Amino acid sequence: MQEDSRPVFLNLFQIRLPLPGIVSLAHRVSGVLLVLAMPLVLYLLMLSLRTPDDFRSVLECLHSPLFAIVLLCVLWSFWHHLLSGIRFLLLDIDIGLGRTSSWQSALVVLVAGILAALLSLLGIML
Amino acid sequence: MRSGLQGFRAWLLQRLTALFLVLGSLLLLVLMLCPPADNYESWKAWMEQPLTIVAIGLFSISLVLHAWVGVRDVIVDYVHPLGLRLMVLALSAVYLLGNLIWLLWILL
Repeated sequence: MQEDSRPVFLNLFQIRLPLPGIVSLAHRVSGVLLVLAMPLVLYLLMLSLRTPDDFRSVLECLHSPLFAIVLLCVLWSFWHHLLSGIRFLLLDIDIGLGRTSSWQSALVVLVAGILAALLSLLGIML
Repeated sequence: MRSGLQGFRAWLLQRLTALFLVLGSLLLLVLMLCPPADNYESWKAWMEQPLTIVAIGLFSISLVLHAWVGVRDVIVDYVHPLGLRLMVLALSAVYLLGNLIWLLWILL
């Protein structure tokens, strides 16, 4: 492969992404987090079915304040990926392509994802 | 880089599995709101029903396919040396399939 002399600028912290861009980046990040969370989810599932004591341990873990951060990350990843994914599917069929409507839908998805994550965390912990 | 799953096919597979996963996720949410079990015995019994096992199995196969397309996109975007890229792709495939097999073991 020939050396490419075109300039490259990939410093994510200096690039000012528009809101839909942030939502898109978060979609990718949440996807990766979900994939990384698979073994954790499977482990909890396995424990919950093994013995009654293990089942209780899983419930205790889900209610523990220490685990809440991990749980929140996984929940947010799920919700954001789901909601921004639906937004992308709609964009695929040409719904919401305009500049303002795509900005608005990006905002809705971003906020709804965070709210849904917080709500589901509360739902699980209470 | 050539592979069996290219361009439009990968895109379509990702979208089709996405639709199936959206439906499955909605079902999952409904179940979380009205849980079919609240103790170990009823939970185990529910998870041993054929319908539950088939549904979860289908959902997971769809999930692994969907995740594979996504993970492959990410790897192709950020891992450029060909040898390293192939290794990371192979490890990711092993990881995803390993998770799937573990799930099937848990269910059965």
